[in-house]
Amino acid sequence: MTSTLRWIVIALCFAGAAAQAQQDVLKIRITQGREGAQPIAIAPFGWTGTSALPPVPIGQVIGDDLARSGRFNPVPFADLPSEPNRVEDVNFQDFRILGTPNLVIGTLTELASGRFSVEFRLFDVFSAKQLTGFQTEASLPELRRKAHQISDIIYERLTGERGAFDTRIAYVTEARGADDSRRYTLSIADSDGHNPHTVLESSAPVLSPNWSPDGRSLAYVSFEGNRPRIYIQDLASGQRDAVSSFPGLNGAPSFSPDGSRLALTLSKDGNPEIYVLYIRSKRLQRITNNPAIDTEPAWSPDGRSLVFTSDRGGKPNIYRVDAGGGREERLTFEGQYNSRAIFAPAGNKIAFVHNREGAFRIATLDLENGALRVLTDTRLDESPSFAPNGSMILYATSDAEGSSLAAVSTDGGVRQRLGVELQAVREPAWSPFRTP
Amino acid sequence: MPNRICRFFIILASAAVLASCEGTFGAKEDDAAAPGAGTTESGTGDAGSTATTAGVDSSGAFQGHPLDDPSSPLSNRTVYFEFDSSEIMPQDREIIQAHARYLAANTSASVTLEGHADERGTREYNIALGERRANAVRQLMTLTGASGQQIRTVSYGEERPVAEGHDEESWRLNRRVEVIYRTR
Repeated sequence: MTSTLRWIVIALCFAGAAAQAQQDVLKIRITQGREGAQPIAIAPFGWTGTSALPPVPIGQVIGDDLARSGRFNPVPFADLPSEPNRVEDVNFQDFRILGTPNLVIGTLTELASGRFSVEFRLFDVFSAKQLTGFQTEASLPELRRKAHQISDIIYERLTGERGAFDTRIAYVTEARGADDSRRYTLSIADSDGHNPHTVLESSAPVLSPNWSPDGRSLAYVSFEGNRPRIYIQDLASGQRDAVSSFPGLNGAPSFSPDGSRLALTLSKDGNPEIYVLYIRSKRLQRITNNPAIDTEPAWSPDGRSLVFTSDRGGKPNIYRVDAGGGREERLTFEGQYNSRAIFAPAGNKIAFVHNREGAFRIATLDLENGALRVLTDTRLDESPSFAPNGSMILYATSDAEGSSLAAVSTDGGVRQRLGVELQAVREPAWSPFRTP
Repeated sequence: MPNRICRFFIILASAAVLASCEGTFGAKEDDAAAPGAGTTESGTGDAGSTATTAGVDSSGAFQGHPLDDPSSPLSNRTVYFEFDSSEIMPQDREIIQAHARYLAANTSASVTLEGHADERGTREYNIALGERRANAVRQLMTLTGASGQQIRTVSYGEERPVAEGHDEESWRLNRRVEVIYRTR
């Protein structure tokens, strides 16, 4: 690298650091990869534009996305035999020798308008055939999303499963001030941790963020004014409504799949019960009626039933009820404590917090055959949230190092840790698929 | 862009230190309340420094406000619970009943009962558990003669721990209800 180029790289790093000092980026570390992850060659995208370096390293973003899925093992740029941008420059034999069944190449071009043209192609190396490719235009702020959309296309083409790289996550961080005061921040970021934005900053606790199905709002619980209320906030404008501020508890909001209702927990009638709030009319429908604690409702993807936590049997367990109320069916019978269930997007499984022998872990229950599977081996796990394609579960975990997020694939084979320096991170919520 | 939310100050009041003998020590120190907030809330730490004195007569009996008598059960403001339980422990009954009798005798006094839980398990369930604990204390107080009008409850679940460790002792200290006097 020439010394001029090195100078530019350093300047960009500092500029990046200054921008990030405003909000700390969620950093993701893969702690366990899948055995047999498929090698893939992704060449850096060719860049044509006024600056020496591209504004977004598209090839790097794609490689990081595919690596994070645990199913692919991108070859480091330094180990590629060449860095072709165009099909005519590809020597397929070199890549056959490298051993990667697939190759991704592309270009990023700055246009006179100030917008950018992005082009990519995915090849089957052995047959030298193009499997897919596209060319599109985007503005500068849209470029990272374009990279994630390309990752989704590649992932779906090669695995048959829809990709979830063009998604976002919400999470809460807690920071301590010099005077020992606490600051709670609800943020959203891209699912690779980049691009964090503050949704709410408060000196009172914030919890239970829940995405609306159209991805445009978040419901959450805030203890502003020393009592819990449920708010729904429009993410684009920052405007919000307090939709539930009854005496006692207002908690555990969960949007219905059609976005018209919110299941929630209220204790205004004497003890915590599940209710459904019709958001527009404000009509409240009571679902449970039991002196036990009933809380943490979550909708099935078909909108027909709710699962929830109840300790009516003595210890917290998961129950299911029709969305309109009725007979409640107990679902969990193993372990000493089962709570905070959510449905997998396919509707055939739930994930929840399961305690056995003192350790609180994330487990799944197959609703068809009753099989329970413990996915984590830590001791203080909570708040599971599925990726919208059902491939990974994001959750919060605590240990001697502090509180951070983690992710595990639904077969337990891939694990990641996500953290923000010097802050406790928790309460993750994975967004629905984004509409382009 | 960051959404500017009003910042609510945590009101710092140290009930054990503040005296309210008529006119002798001046007004109780409170930080600004959140605009529109109904309840005040105490955290750890002092709002400022206040010195309190008490006379000692020849018999050595405490002279001062009963809530500040270190030998009285009223000086004890925290009761503890077993894991996942809201049952009041036998040794705490006397403390709760002492506060209830104080409330019954001082009808302008009022308290907030703050319920808490340790970090294990899930957050919303823990908020419900904290509420159940606060309600258990409230129920014993009203049975002992305090009026329900004098008692408010709130639960923070696991959100406001006093001990940060991931061990049995920290968990024990966090499974609590705090009796916080809003007015004496």
